[in-house]
Amino acid sequence: MADAMEQLYQQVILDHARVRQGEGELTEYGGESFQINPTCGDQVTLRVRLDPKGERIQALGWTGQGCSISQASLSVMHELVLDQPVARAEELGAHFRELMAARGKELDSARLEALEDASAFTGVARYPARIKCALLGWMALRDALVQARGRA
Amino acid sequence: MLNPDTVKADFPLLGRTVRGGKPLVYLDSGATAQKPQQVIDAELRFYAETNAAVHRGAHQIAEEATEAYETSRDVVAEFVGADAAEIVWTKNATEALNLVAYGFLNASLAAAAAPGSAAAAAVTPEAIQRYALVPGDEIVLSEAEHHANLVPWQQLAQKTGATLRWISVTAQGRLDPETFSVIGERTRILAITHASNVTGAITDVEALVARARKVGAYVVLDACQTAAHMPVDLHALDVDFAAFSAHKMVGPTGVGALYGRHALLEDLPPFLTGGSMVEVVTMETTSFMPPPQRFEAGTQMVAQVVGFAAAVKYLRELGMDQVAAHESQMTQRLLEGISLVPGVRVLGPEDATDRLAVVAFEVDGVHPHDVGQVLDDAGVAVRVGHHCAQPIHRRLGVHASARASAGVYTTAADVDAFIAGLHEVRRFFAAPSDTGGH
Ligand SMILES: Cc1ncc(COP(=O)(O)O)c(C=O)c1O
Repeated sequence: MADAMEQLYQQVILDHARVRQGEGELTEYGGESFQINPTCGDQVTLRVRLDPKGERIQALGWTGQGCSISQASLSVMHELVLDQPVARAEELGAHFRELMAARGKELDSARLEALEDASAFTGVARYPARIKCALLGWMALRDALVQARGRA
Repeated sequence: MLNPDTVKADFPLLGRTVRGGKPLVYLDSGATAQKPQQVIDAELRFYAETNAAVHRGAHQIAEEATEAYETSRDVVAEFVGADAAEIVWTKNATEALNLVAYGFLNASLAAAAAPGSAAAAAVTPEAIQRYALVPGDEIVLSEAEHHANLVPWQQLAQKTGATLRWISVTAQGRLDPETFSVIGERTRILAITHASNVTGAITDVEALVARARKVGAYVVLDACQTAAHMPVDLHALDVDFAAFSAHKMVGPTGVGALYGRHALLEDLPPFLTGGSMVEVVTMETTSFMPPPQRFEAGTQMVAQVVGFAAAVKYLRELGMDQVAAHESQMTQRLLEGISLVPGVRVLGPEDATDRLAVVAFEVDGVHPHDVGQVLDDAGVAVRVGHHCAQPIHRRLGVHASARASAGVYTTAADVDAFIAGLHEVRRFFAAPSDTGGH
């Protein structure tokens, strides 16, 4: 059986689901978002703090619970966007959404490389019910960034 | 004794494969049941031969359609131990429960309106007498309710100023008799599930009805999970209202039913209004038909009603005692099988007594969605999430669960495939330090 499951649950995903980056509550923050996936009850609260100029993601923390896909996606996202300019984080978010819309087809190599570990989620897009899990963190980030920038 | 293999052969969908050729093992009947060819044929035949709007038109086909529609009511009523006039067709159980809640609301609104105003006259004095709620009145339900039997009552309480109270659930997932005492002098409505769609625990309806009777409260029974899995006799249960959905009873989607005692339906104000439920309409006012028509506004789902009757005939022929006995064996097999898989905890009673074959569980360290995914890859269909019952999950200390639920067509081989799948889940998600890890 395991072929399809091994493609879905790439080692990168399992590793990130076990040892999660960025999990924890951020006490000083400029933007916060709570997202819930009503079909499976997964939820996340994500907080973000920008640098004083409001251009770069200085800190990012999240708490919540969910399946390995949603947890790993949050962890990978944290790794990708921390210390990055807001515009870059948004661009990566757009790439990731494209990846999820691609139904399992790979993106072009430039975008795949930009996504680094997040490219391991290619197989997730083959399971419509799991796309929401993978996107949960990215939705929270987009939402929290809007707030943080509004305040910066 | 019911032979599940013969039964299964009646359900075309159960013959299909999934995920690259794996035979389907369908253990999600608690969400919706599959349909036997007999039901599919009944609906098809209705469209091919008898389709017309009912209770309208003088032509032969309309007569035949009306006859089919009303005969179906007789069949379904008899199946649940009711009279035909006590059965109202609805879209599903959710609508049936809302129909009752909105009846109470409409009466409450009229009662609260200025005497002599049009709003006060919108419902009959009998409706106000029976159904008007005032602040301080209490609605009792349980922590085990499906959202369909919770949210409408919560809304009704919010809108009328009534207080919502609830019976607790024990750590084993049963209604806690120690908390039955929340049913008190101010209780007007007791809305309770006949069996939990999470823990499978069957409610002691008799004890609850006895308490409700003492304080003059109406009893609304959510019979969604029980109607297709054990004999249900609503007159014997002595409840006032009951709701169930055809799609969980090997019948079509798009149709369900509300049961209400004659006298109660008689006084209940309508929920949806429009065509087919009226007597005289002027530009100013309207008089309504007697029940059940009063509650069947607009063009009805006639083909589905006919399919519903075919479904209960199918179940009746199997015999509900046989169905219950067979499913009890499946419950036992499920519970025993699960108990032998390390790290899996059943949410609900761990023995098969007073329990349906609805088994929610949690796998240590593996999220339900991941459990469901690996099972699905083995062709085993279960449900994951909170199953529209968040409060009971909270009570049992989990956010979500995976749930296997059996039906008339579930075989021992199905259960065994599921148990094998559970072992695979454990193997697949074992931490790297564990032996045999991924
Ligand atoms: C116990 C219970 N009550 C109510 C419902 C609602 O049924 P429906 O969605 O068919 O209206 C369900 C089914 O999901 C259920 O299991």
